[in-house]
Amino acid sequence: MIARALRQARALLSVRYAEMLEYRAELVLWMLAGSMPLILMGVWMKVAATRPLGLEPVDFARYFLVLFLVRQATVVWVIWEFQEQVVQGTLSQRLLQPIDPVWNEVAKHVAERFARLPFVVGLVVLFFALYPDALWVPRAGALASALALTVAAFALRFCIQYTLSMMAFWTERAASIQSVWFHIYVLLSGMLAPLTMYPEGVRAVAELTPFPYLVYVPVAAALDHPAFPVDVPRAFAVMGAWAFGFVVLNRVLWRRGLRQYSGMGA
Amino acid sequence: MSVGSAEVVIHVEDLAKHYRVADKQPGVVGTLRHFVRRKHRLIEAVRGVSFDIARGEMVGFLGPNGAGKTTTLKMLTGLVHPTSGEATVSGFVPFRRDADFLRQITLVMGQKQQLVWDLPALDSLRINAAVYDVPKAEAERRVGELAEMLTISDILTQPVRKLSLGQRMKAELLAALLHRPTVVFLDEPTLGLDVNAQTAVRAFLRDYNERYGATILLTSHYMADITALCERVLLVHDGRLVYDGDLAAMVARVAPHREVEVELEQPLPAEQLAALGEIERVDGCVVRWLVPHGALTRTVAQIMQTLPVRDLRVTDPPIEEIIGRVFSEPAPGAKA
Repeated sequence: MIARALRQARALLSVRYAEMLEYRAELVLWMLAGSMPLILMGVWMKVAATRPLGLEPVDFARYFLVLFLVRQATVVWVIWEFQEQVVQGTLSQRLLQPIDPVWNEVAKHVAERFARLPFVVGLVVLFFALYPDALWVPRAGALASALALTVAAFALRFCIQYTLSMMAFWTERAASIQSVWFHIYVLLSGMLAPLTMYPEGVRAVAELTPFPYLVYVPVAAALDHPAFPVDVPRAFAVMGAWAFGFVVLNRVLWRRGLRQYSGMGA
Repeated sequence: MSVGSAEVVIHVEDLAKHYRVADKQPGVVGTLRHFVRRKHRLIEAVRGVSFDIARGEMVGFLGPNGAGKTTTLKMLTGLVHPTSGEATVSGFVPFRRDADFLRQITLVMGQKQQLVWDLPALDSLRINAAVYDVPKAEAERRVGELAEMLTISDILTQPVRKLSLGQRMKAELLAALLHRPTVVFLDEPTLGLDVNAQTAVRAFLRDYNERYGATILLTSHYMADITALCERVLLVHDGRLVYDGDLAAMVARVAPHREVEVELEQPLPAEQLAALGEIERVDGCVVRWLVPHGALTRTVAQIMQTLPVRDLRVTDPPIEEIIGRVFSEPAPGAKA
């Protein structure tokens, strides 16, 4: 059983990795599409240099650089793929195989991460070459926590978006739901500014949602800075609870959705 | 049609599928109405179809567009949930999509692909071997064997996007059959292929059926696919099964003629042409006769000997025409 699963994972990952390497130019463009944190970095550094914010320009540089990396590692696009598969009927080919279609999508995302990695590393090296003051070596423990939280953030973001994808069984434009979701994500995840700079009320609301755990929490864990406190065990527990809830909802919607599915066009 | 004492692999009983589809009028007013208040109507794609298919049978599933063939195949492969009725394939209820069921079946849809577009077919085959738990050495042996049967051994390392339609269809067949399914559903497997590729696919399917005793249910618009592969046909129209029986008997009774079309060197008098058989149409130098199956060889020989022939073609009536005749004159054994 485990050997079979490992073989399937190996085959899916290696083939999807080969597929991603076919899209060299696109990989660079996809990476640059996630460059908003680098733009915000410039804005916040400028502001911090002219008025006291409690954080130095270099703190903002590191915050948004790590944020950029976390975003690169947690990009999810499954809703567009799934919507296309349902609308075009190509989901049928996946449904005919004795493996849940989700694993193909997971393999694509993981493989794409590895294909994108060299470009991201290149950009980070360029960044530190241009701005050496921002260079720092995180503590090993903080780095390990941040990596684990980033993997968890990817898993949670995938669970959420794959659950939203299920709406494709009922509406032909499920991705529009993702657009609404994305706006809330931008506001409450810490993408615009460190959550500690938000008004107390907004921060309290944000902490009731999964959004801060998708971006701010892994970033804060990596920075290991007194201005960005983070309770790592609690963060894992909260992310696990959210993921569990979305997986349950996903399976309910999946079963109901399949009864709706008509395999249009295929 | 009874399948006698043979083991029934596909059992279908009063199977029905109804879809609710949006109904929109054209134009701006229709668009605005559709935006404010959606109207839907019910499409009865399949209406109470029943049949049994025995292990190893090759059965043709015929019908005009929208007759319910593909929907039935989708229900039998577990892709679509039936509205009512029951179906079992190899003892499994398809819609439950048990892994053991999925390992026993395949569905090949003409023009629809499962192969990864930008990679060689061998990469997709690696995934399939892992997904269906075919051991590596065995998978390599099967790929070699099937590729040889399909004559595509030399193209499996080329990106799929670089293959011709015929090569791609063969590679799709290979991918669909790598796990050696015992029940094969084919939906228009030769659609868009040239004559040579069609012939090769037919020969391969016959060979696969003989080698592995696979049960095959095949839909096609090409009569040649059906006549080359199937002794038995299921004829559906408007969601209903209207004929289940021997293909040759149906064709001989409903369409007892073949069409012989001849292009002459110059136009000839009608009496001279009529002496050779029943004329369906004369258009200048082009003449078309309806010739009984039994008299085909003799008539063609006579035409070649007595007329100045520039070109000659023998064709079957289009499948729609044969089906149309079945509807206008119900065949014995018809199930309305």
